[in-house]
Amino acid sequence: MRNFWTIFKRELRVYFTSPIAYAIMVIFLVAAGYFFYNSLAYYSLLSFQAMRNPYLENLNLVDMVLSPLFGNISVVMLLMVPVLTMRLWSEEKKSGTLELLFSYPVRDIEVLLGKYCAALAVFMIMVGLTGFYQLVLWALGQSAPGVALSGYLGMLLLGAAFIALGVFVSSLTENQIVAAAVSFGVLLLFWVIGWSASTVEAPLGRVFEYLSLVKHLVNFAKGVIDTADVVYYLVMIFFFLFLTMRSLESKRWRG
Amino acid sequence: MIEVERVSKYFGPIPAVREVTFRVNPGEILGFLGPNGAGKTTTMRILTGFYPPTGGSVRVAGLDVFENSLAVRKKIGYLPENVPLYGEMTVRDFLFFAADIKGVGKAKRNEDVGRVMEVCRIEAVAGRYIKKLSKGFRQRVGLAQALVGDPEVLILDEPTIGLDPRQINEIRSLIRSFAGEKTVILSTHILPEASMTCQRVVIINQGVVVAEDTPENLGARLSGGRRIKARIEGPADQVLAALKRLSGVRAVTSGDGAGSYLLEVEEEIRPQLAAAVCKSGWDLYEMVQVSATLEDVFLNLVTEEKTEVQDHA
Repeated sequence: MRNFWTIFKRELRVYFTSPIAYAIMVIFLVAAGYFFYNSLAYYSLLSFQAMRNPYLENLNLVDMVLSPLFGNISVVMLLMVPVLTMRLWSEEKKSGTLELLFSYPVRDIEVLLGKYCAALAVFMIMVGLTGFYQLVLWALGQSAPGVALSGYLGMLLLGAAFIALGVFVSSLTENQIVAAAVSFGVLLLFWVIGWSASTVEAPLGRVFEYLSLVKHLVNFAKGVIDTADVVYYLVMIFFFLFLTMRSLESKRWRG
Repeated sequence: MIEVERVSKYFGPIPAVREVTFRVNPGEILGFLGPNGAGKTTTMRILTGFYPPTGGSVRVAGLDVFENSLAVRKKIGYLPENVPLYGEMTVRDFLFFAADIKGVGKAKRNEDVGRVMEVCRIEAVAGRYIKKLSKGFRQRVGLAQALVGDPEVLILDEPTIGLDPRQINEIRSLIRSFAGEKTVILSTHILPEASMTCQRVVIINQGVVVAEDTPENLGARLSGGRRIKARIEGPADQVLAALKRLSGVRAVTSGDGAGSYLLEVEEEIRPQLAAAVCKSGWDLYEMVQVSATLEDVFLNLVTEEKTEVQDHA
């Protein structure tokens, strides 16, 4: 536990003493802010029209602003998480510090969790900053705190799964660019795999649909917390962290 | 303190180290000598538990490095080859990190880091980023992190590579100062380094230990007595015959034909040699006693190994 903290603090510090965290956060916040502003502006425009048009009666904040916001944020995450995780192992492998690190009396799992949680912490700070949008909505008298909380829980689980995958890919290569590109590709694949659900035969189609990262976020973004979705993300997280442990071990056997 | 028993390491079908066996006694400084690619770094990585060996066992202070990896790593200070360090940290932060992870404890941490910075003389750069440091300072920071936590065993992989002569001397005398209190394994491909710093030398070539002894004994073993190199101008056959007649001369070989001779002798005969040459009216241009250095032993062992391997093929 003590070693976990030591690793965690060091990794978090590296994120913030280098430009990585700031670059990712600024780009993320600009993009997310734009999405938020756009959907809010569109929502208020339609709200004015709704006063004259009875067909637009069913207009609501959750469908018009919150759900799209979480959807959009997760698309930006798809691009940003690989950049966040690419250095975690690749950098240490390339510079040789991995050998130094493992000559210290520290367990592989402590190093892994320290690194993983540091990336997750940066992610949480970044997404947490979008909580400001909820304050804006609240100030406008339009808040839906329940949906917002459920949405953020979904974001956290989604991000944790993304990062687990990114950490695993980073453990496979000593090249950061390769790590980022492969993480992005695999995440994208998990993202769009659900599209095949309607074109592929039933059993396989269902599997594809279940594997889709997006599908499980949809419920959270609507304010529905389904244990099936929670389990899905937890399984993804454990699966990729487990693979990372194996990858670290095999690296040492093979040299 | 360190017992290496028939350790082998294969990367796929390629053997990096084969059946390596040696011991290091407590307080001893052992030189691990070999040409580049001989398997030095692989052996060091096995000692620190970074690589599990394919066969054999390594025990440090009685503990198997594979079974009790964490306990062993607590006792070891390791300086990897090429000194990989976290460049984006300052020297002090990095040493604090090393102290934390080695379990030095908050109370003693300041004192311990202060001590190693003093020993390695890096106090002046304590606040600098490691990536901005010169090679010499990096090397010393690497040594400092190995010393943090006061480990009993130091494993140093080529600790003086890439340093200028003055820095090399500093590092060497620092390492010599550990004699008696720490067990040190130091790998190098520079022979004088081993003979200057180490009490005992293990020579490894192509993954196999080819010799193990003190630097002096290794030198004596090869030379098998003294040798004298002389350059004499005179009729070659007569000179050769005259040299052979001298008492105490075991064998004479004529060199490159330009009047140089190599004598294997049992005792000091240089005065008699000089007298004999003068008496016959020849000219004596040069006369030196050559003693085999570690370098000769090394080259000899390494070449022997090579011919043997070729024979097998």
